[in-house]
Amino acid sequence: MSARFAGSVLGRVVRSGVGRRRVQTLVVALATLMAVASAVVAGSLVVASSAPFDHAFARAHGAHLTAQIDAGKATAAQAAATAHLPGVAASAGPFPVTVLSPTAQRGGPLPELTVAGRSSPGGPVDRLEVTAGRWPSAGNEIMLPADLPPDVAETGSALTLPGGGTLTVVGRARSVTGSADAWMTPAGVAALRSAKAPGTDQMLYRFSGSPTKSRLAADRAKVAAALPKGALAGTRSYLDAKYVADREAATFVPFLMAFGALGLGMSVIVVAGVVGGMVGANLRRIGILKAIGCTPAEVVRAYVAQALVPAAAGTALGVVLGNLIAYPLLGDVQQVYGTTGLSVAWWVDAAVAAGALLVVAVAALVPALRAGRLRTVEAIAVGRAPGTGRGRWAQRFAGRLPLPRAVTLGLATPFARPVRSASMLAAVLFGTAAATFAIGLAASLNTIGAARDPAANAAVSVMGGGPAPQGQEQAPPQGQGPAQGQGPAQGPGQAPAQGPGQGPGPSPVDGAKVEAAIAAQPGTASYYGVRRARVTVTGVVGGVDLQLYQHDLRAGAYEIIAGHWITGPGQAVVPTHFLDATGHRIGDTITVQDQGAAVRLRIVGEAFDLENDGMHVHAAATSFAGIEKRGAADEYLVRLKPGVSTASYLSGLNSALKPLGAQATAAADDVSSTIVVLDSLAGLLTLMLVTVAGLGVLNAVVLDTRERVHDLGVCKAIGMSPRQTVAMVLASVAGLGAAGGLAGLPAGVALHHLVLPLMGDAAGTRLTAHMVGVYRVPLVVPLALGGIVIAVLGALLPAGWAAKARTATALRTE
Amino acid sequence: MGHVIELDAAAKAYGGAGAPALGPVSLDVAEGEALAVVGPSGSGKSTLLNLVAGLDRPTAGTVTVDGRRVDRLGEAALARFRRERIGFVFQFFNLLDDLTVADNVRLPAQLAGTPRRKAADRAAELLEILGVHRHAGAYPGRLSGGERQRVAVARALVNRPALLLADEPTGALDTASGHEVRELLAEVHRGGQTIVLVTHDMALARSLATRTVTLVDGTIAADERAGAAR
Repeated sequence: MSARFAGSVLGRVVRSGVGRRRVQTLVVALATLMAVASAVVAGSLVVASSAPFDHAFARAHGAHLTAQIDAGKATAAQAAATAHLPGVAASAGPFPVTVLSPTAQRGGPLPELTVAGRSSPGGPVDRLEVTAGRWPSAGNEIMLPADLPPDVAETGSALTLPGGGTLTVVGRARSVTGSADAWMTPAGVAALRSAKAPGTDQMLYRFSGSPTKSRLAADRAKVAAALPKGALAGTRSYLDAKYVADREAATFVPFLMAFGALGLGMSVIVVAGVVGGMVGANLRRIGILKAIGCTPAEVVRAYVAQALVPAAAGTALGVVLGNLIAYPLLGDVQQVYGTTGLSVAWWVDAAVAAGALLVVAVAALVPALRAGRLRTVEAIAVGRAPGTGRGRWAQRFAGRLPLPRAVTLGLATPFARPVRSASMLAAVLFGTAAATFAIGLAASLNTIGAARDPAANAAVSVMGGGPAPQGQEQAPPQGQGPAQGQGPAQGPGQAPAQGPGQGPGPSPVDGAKVEAAIAAQPGTASYYGVRRARVTVTGVVGGVDLQLYQHDLRAGAYEIIAGHWITGPGQAVVPTHFLDATGHRIGDTITVQDQGAAVRLRIVGEAFDLENDGMHVHAAATSFAGIEKRGAADEYLVRLKPGVSTASYLSGLNSALKPLGAQATAAADDVSSTIVVLDSLAGLLTLMLVTVAGLGVLNAVVLDTRERVHDLGVCKAIGMSPRQTVAMVLASVAGLGAAGGLAGLPAGVALHHLVLPLMGDAAGTRLTAHMVGVYRVPLVVPLALGGIVIAVLGALLPAGWAAKARTATALRTE
Repeated sequence: MGHVIELDAAAKAYGGAGAPALGPVSLDVAEGEALAVVGPSGSGKSTLLNLVAGLDRPTAGTVTVDGRRVDRLGEAALARFRRERIGFVFQFFNLLDDLTVADNVRLPAQLAGTPRRKAADRAAELLEILGVHRHAGAYPGRLSGGERQRVAVARALVNRPALLLADEPTGALDTASGHEVRELLAEVHRGGQTIVLVTHDMALARSLATRTVTLVDGTIAADERAGAAR
């Protein structure tokens, strides 16, 4: 055959093969599309989780050191002069800074905002990411934090300032190191702070290389020395932001790696199965091609090309779909990581596309080579009579089962095509494992979410008038770590000690009267008071958050990993990280320094508590003598009786509290953004993987139905009804589905039990058996049936086609 | 004696503007009759048989078999009709390769919901009558063509159908096997079975049929009863 003739013939063979087997071509394209999209999403998330902070920091030219300079002690020129210190590679500032507590028209009071005055978001250091709106151009315009809920203080709305005046919200922005929460023009900030002088100025520095903690301390000392004495009011190291971001990323990595591995593994299996099956199903056509003069090499080329055409289309669309899905997910991940500018790396797209096409080519090559080597007569014979005698024992056995004959005929079918059945089994197994893993993960995360903060179980919060709870007045700017140094006398991780309930002074509110009002209010189920303070613990470097409970100790109980919750004075419960960081164990005694007095507490339990990096001590307020003299607790948390309306309860309680100077509000529903993102990621990735598994089944059943169409015609001719035909086709996958489900279930559970503790380790905590052991009967039974559901869903369409096939046409099919 | 088959101007056209594959054809077949449909390739013989069996639907006219309007039945009702009223013997046997001979014969009875034991007994009885009982546990691929066609006839008769349809039952057989099958069908007919067979085999038509219809280009060119032309 001349090369030109062969070329044109092969082109036609490829085109007609693609066009004639439309369903199969479509399935190959769809399976490749979903597999590639899954791989792009999984790959992007894994890449995004690899040092996300470092990448974002480099892109944003983040500040290694953020310095707050007391404007009353150093002039702007003196602050600016620090830019020329040795080792400073780049700097920005001085920017005027103020702190605002505005109220939004919609959304109520906003958290306290550290506002910097900058004329633009760019510059040599700390390039801000404007996520919405535009940069402020007038003194009464403000840029808010990017991670504020979107329905709070929308762009264009007004903010009211406590001392009067309004600001217009013009957009949202984010700093990679959290140099500030909000931004205005320098003139706008200057105008606001003139009334509350002395304010501070902000200088942002980048040093050469990647400074270590000790080098930053030295650089900080140089800055302090270059300024008038006491002018350096505080500094913030980029390492704090990096620590928090890397920790969040580390929580995601085991989860994403598991899903990535599942996605990639399943993509390879399904694509290989689909393509291999497609070529294998065309043996007779291959025989005819050889009979008319095509060489084995031409046959191989034709069939590899025939597989690559739909696979290439599926790959291209899959890359697009993967990017479309990954984009919003990366936005969520970006928010969780507190970083900026995460996007799908171009090389992930390229690698996934190349990998998919390689898998397709190899999967097509193997059966095509086999077909190319077959003698022409054999190829035609194999195509016409695919029955090989395999699986007859299964038919004999199934025929004895006490089930309808159509069902037993179907049950034995997979044994006639063991390789194809194994591929289908693997697809179902992966799909079930993915679903089991994801659903278990979601259940665990929900359990963790509920256990994370017992305060979340309270419906009503009563502020006692003492120091505000953490997360409000003491909240650091967004993205700042839990252990940050703000004062010139403090290094990172240090904070001034402050006694429980001490704050700005004893609370003017009478705690006993507040408690009496809460207890007397109809609808109160239980309540407890909390006093919070930053204290020091002997032998522990840096400050520790102390949380004291009064009244109903049990109501404030955290999930206990080991030991028990506090039951009285002299006891302490601490998180895992506290034990790991201090080397203490349950049964040890720690000494808390409280207003010069040492209070000894015995550790009686290890709690699941991720707040403030796990450096917490929980104890009964009665452990501290005379605590009641310090006024009301900082906060009272109230649980309501079932059916009680929060609004009417609040109305009644506030009437009683108003004369006491206290106020009750609905407790914030604080859902962890990490949990929300993980939940949505797990849901989406599972849906994709289950779809890929279903497509794998669909393809196998389409091939099977096509091969058996003549037998189906015979069965219908001798009286098999459409319903019996559907039952037979569905039964042919149900067994595999059940087996895949039963194998996938323990695989998914094992993966969950492997990954979840790794995620816990990354978050610095152990997990309770309650959090890991989420696979209970009501969850396991549907999951075990999940394999059958995947298989049956995948087979439903071809089963319908088989039932509708014209008997006479089927009988004419060779 | 009532009519088992009544075709009233039945016609079948496939897609396109070409001539119809069949008809319109009007034809009655009485109970106990053995009708041979003969004619050249493409004359519409198999189409006629497919319409009677409910494997295909007419594009015009009506088809009534054993008192039921086959052309009006839905797919599920057609399936029930086929397994209860029709036995079908194909040219290429169409036995299922993965099932043993006995399982092939039992299959229509099992699909019709006949109890397992009863279906097995009936299959064994037929295999005995048709002389292939020693192959009951074998797979069809190991049998000769004649033996396979005997198994196919046993399968067609397992549900005691009112009508036995045979499409070129000797077409794929050598002379000796063809003769065996001819004898077999004659014996079945002598037992009172109504038979319609489509064949090129004039010897089969002559030896078995009580009536012969000749189709040419989809229409009846001749309708002869044994020994006399109509």
